[in-house]
Amino acid sequence: MEELIRFLIGGAVVSAFAVLSEMFRPKSFAGLFGAAPSIALATLGLTVARSGHGFAAIEAQSMIFGAVAFCLYASLCSQVLMRRKLSALATTVLLLPVWFGAAFGLLFLLSRHAA
Amino acid sequence: MIVSAKLASLKHIKPHEFAVRFLFGGLCTMIAGLIASHYGPRIGGLFLAFPAIFPASASLIEQHEIAHKRQAGYDGRMRGRVVAGIDATGAALACVGLMAFAAIVWRALPRHGAVAVISAATFAWLLLSIALWLLRKSRLLRHKTHPAFEN
Repeated sequence: MEELIRFLIGGAVVSAFAVLSEMFRPKSFAGLFGAAPSIALATLGLTVARSGHGFAAIEAQSMIFGAVAFCLYASLCSQVLMRRKLSALATTVLLLPVWFGAAFGLLFLLSRHAA
Repeated sequence: MIVSAKLASLKHIKPHEFAVRFLFGGLCTMIAGLIASHYGPRIGGLFLAFPAIFPASASLIEQHEIAHKRQAGYDGRMRGRVVAGIDATGAALACVGLMAFAAIVWRALPRHGAVAVISAATFAWLLLSIALWLLRKSRLLRHKTHPAFEN
């Protein structure tokens, strides 16, 4: 049941930001909504209610690494799309390992350093 | 006017395009919750900043531009890629705001109410993202380094 609630709230929040992104011009401004904290907004409230403030705070700490990885990933996507003849879907899917590599790399590197 | 919002632009979006975003958004949120439950908050937290609908959005933006240009008799593929690239640049800027969002929640949540902290963090994301966009826009207008800056 909780998974279904997460699915519905997540879908609604992500769709709301997608609508905002479609409404605004110029495109570079609309792109800001592509990195909105949509998943975090949809899930943090439920996490606090179920697992407490401490659990959610640790999630938010890791989210910083995810956001750094997203920044790297989006910048690379932008460069490839403007310079190479690769479709948007191919570019964004093929570069997803960059997000995984950077996010998990930062997490393990900095967690080990802090320990 | 630097920024404009047009409700009319929503008319061009097909229902299945909204459905794709809802589905991807819902699935990513659900999977993020499951990962946090199984592997703990450190791994689960990474997925709060997962580019959930980024590939779908970029692809739809490209398709809209191609369709728009084809109506005018042009190929439109290059223009489609450039517009998707411009959108990605905006997302990269907003990621700095996303880092601020996460940092505020991380530091403030153990001491304050969840609603106040999440509201303040969302406001910080919006403010920082717009400030960075304005800064970049002003620099591009000054130097005119890329012909796509008009978008």
